[in-house]
Amino acid sequence: MALITMREAISQALWEEMERDPNIFIMGEEVGVWGGSYAVTKGFYDHFGAKRVRDTPISEAAIVGGGVGAAIAGLRPVVELMTINFAFVAMDHIVNQAAKMHAMFGGQMKVPLVIRTTSGGGRQLGATHSQTPDAIFAHFPGLIVVAPGTPYDAKGLLKAAIRSDNPVLFIEQATLYQARGEVPEGDYIEPLGKSKIQRPGVDVTIISYSKMLEISMKAAEQLAKEGIEAEIVDLRSLRPLDMKPVLESIKKTNRAVIVEEGWGSYGVGSEVASRIYEQAFDYVDAPVKRIAQKEVPLPYNRQLEQSALPQVEDVIQAVRELVPGRG
Amino acid sequence: MNQDEYITLYHQMVLIRHVEERAAELYQQGKIGGFLHLYIGQEAVSTGIISVRKPQDRVITAYRDHGVAINCGISPNQVMAELLGKATGCSKGKGGSMHMADISKNFWGGHAIVGAHLPIAMGMALCDQYREIDAVTICRFGEGASNIGFFHEALNLGKVWNLPLLWVCENNQYGMGTSVERASAVTEIQQKAAGYGMPSACVDGMDIMLVRQAAQEALDYVRSGKGPYLLECFTYRFRGHSMGDPERYRKPEEVKKWEEHGPIDIYCKYLVKNQIATEETLEAIDDQVKIEVDAAVQFAESSPEPAPESLYTDIYVDSIDTEV
Repeated sequence: MALITMREAISQALWEEMERDPNIFIMGEEVGVWGGSYAVTKGFYDHFGAKRVRDTPISEAAIVGGGVGAAIAGLRPVVELMTINFAFVAMDHIVNQAAKMHAMFGGQMKVPLVIRTTSGGGRQLGATHSQTPDAIFAHFPGLIVVAPGTPYDAKGLLKAAIRSDNPVLFIEQATLYQARGEVPEGDYIEPLGKSKIQRPGVDVTIISYSKMLEISMKAAEQLAKEGIEAEIVDLRSLRPLDMKPVLESIKKTNRAVIVEEGWGSYGVGSEVASRIYEQAFDYVDAPVKRIAQKEVPLPYNRQLEQSALPQVEDVIQAVRELVPGRG
Repeated sequence: MNQDEYITLYHQMVLIRHVEERAAELYQQGKIGGFLHLYIGQEAVSTGIISVRKPQDRVITAYRDHGVAINCGISPNQVMAELLGKATGCSKGKGGSMHMADISKNFWGGHAIVGAHLPIAMGMALCDQYREIDAVTICRFGEGASNIGFFHEALNLGKVWNLPLLWVCENNQYGMGTSVERASAVTEIQQKAAGYGMPSACVDGMDIMLVRQAAQEALDYVRSGKGPYLLECFTYRFRGHSMGDPERYRKPEEVKKWEEHGPIDIYCKYLVKNQIATEETLEAIDDQVKIEVDAAVQFAESSPEPAPESLYTDIYVDSIDTEV
C-alpha cells in the first residue's frame, strides 16, 4: 500500500469513479481551470474536459440546486462547495430539496448527488470561514452525512458516496488534506453509515470523527505511555449514525469521552451521549464527557483560535479524570 | 390543430376548473388538509403551454400545480386522491396539493419553496444538454419568484451554459397579497430577461390561442440551440392565494372585471365563432366533465389510506439502515 495524503486519496477516488462512469461530472467554483481551491481536482480539467469538470459562477444555490436537478434527471453530479460555510446560502437546496425529493413524491425521484465541501477551524480564517456545523446537516432525514478522518476511509467512503443513489454531504476537514495514511491502489468501498474502531483499547472509549480522530489518536498514544489503553471509535458517518461499535466498546470500557470540533450545544456529542444513556445506561460507570469547541465565534488571532478548539491535552485531561486512580 | 385537438384543450381547461371547484368544497368539508392553492383563472396558461410541448420536454412548476398535473396527463383520480392524502395519489399521499408529480409523464413537480425549483430546472436542462437529448425543460413560476435570489442564479447560469430552458413566468399580479408594483422594481417581468442576455416576450395569458402561439415560438427558439428564453404570461387568479385568504389586498370589482373575461369564456367564444364547436357540444363536454370529476371524488374517497408502515418507506433509496 502507498502512503499518500488525504488530498491524493480523495482525488484518486474522484478520478477513478469518473473514469468508470461517464454520468459522473464535477461542478463548482474553481474546480476546473484553477484546479480546485484545495487542489483536489488538479489535472481533471485537462483530462476530462470542460463538459465534465464545470466551473460555475459564485452561485451556491445554483450549484447545489443544479446538482439536484441533474441527479433526478439521471446524471451523477459531484458538486463542490468551496467551504461548508458557504453551504448556508445553499441551505434550501441541501435540506429542503436534496434531502426530501425522494420521499416527498412517493419515491419517484432519486437524488444520486454528492456535495463535497471543506470544514473546520485552525487556519486563522476568522469567524465566518472556520465553522464545523456538521451536526446541523445531520439533523435532516433523507441526507447522508459523511466526514472521514483518514485517507483510507476518505477514498473508500467517497466512492461509496458517488455510487449511492442518495444525496450525500461529504465533509473534508481542510487541515487534514496533508494528513498521510496507507491507501490501496485501485478500487475498494467503505460502507456509508458505519462506524469503525480505529484503535483497540480496554480502559476508556473515545468517540470522534474527522479532524478530532487525529487529535484523539495522538492523545491515545500519550495515554498509552501512562498505561491507559483507549479504544477509539470513528463515527465516519453522522447520518445514519452507527452506534453499534460505540455501545460494544462501552460495554467493555464503561467510560466514554466524545470529541467533536464543532460547538457542543445541540451537537454530535449531545446526540451520542443521549444514545449511550438510552441504550447502555447500565454499563456506564461515570458521566460521559464531551469535548467541543468553546461557544464563541472563532477569532482570527492564532492563540485565541487555538484556545477555542479542542486540543490533544484536553482529551488526555478528560480521560485522566474518567479512569479510576489516575484522575 | 384538428377539431379533436381544439376540443381536447377545452376539455382540459374545464376539467381543471371542475376538479378545483370540487377540491374547494372538499377542503371546506375538512377532507383536504394543509394548503390548497387554486389555479382557477389561469387555466389558459398551463393548457396552452403544455399543448405545444413534445413528450421529451420536462415540465416543472411551483405549488399551484393541479392544473399542470392534469395537463401533463395525471388522471383526475390520482390528483383527487393525492389531495385527500390517499395511497393511490400521484405522490402516494406523501406530497399533497403542493407536491404532485409523475415523472413517467415528464412532470417533475409541484415545488413549494418559492423559486427553489428554478435551479433544479436548470440542472435537468443540463442533463439533457450533457446527453445531447433534444428536450426542453419548461419551468413555470409566479412573478413573485422573480424577486428571490434563486431566480437570478438560475437564469444567469442557464444562459452562461446556453441550456435548453423555457422560463415561463405566470404573472398573476399578486405574490400572496403583495401586488407586483409593491414587490418588483420592474412590473413587466420579461424585462428581467435582458439582464441575463436572453430574449423574452409577454403574452395575454387569458387567451389560450395566444399562449399557444407564443409558447410555440419560444420552444422553437430554445430547441434550435440558442439557449434559454423567458415567456411572461399575464394572467389573474380568480380565487384567493390559498383557501385561507381574506383578500384585503384587492377589491371585489377588480376580481369581477377579470372574471367577466375568463379564459374558458374567451376560448368558448373562439370555438363557436370559428365554427369549431357549437355551444351544445361544449355544454355536453361540461356535463361529461362533471361526471368525470364525480368519479374522481368517488375514487379518492374510496381509496385506502397509506399503510402505517409506509411512514418509513422511500426515505432513502437503498437498504440503508436508518435505525442503527
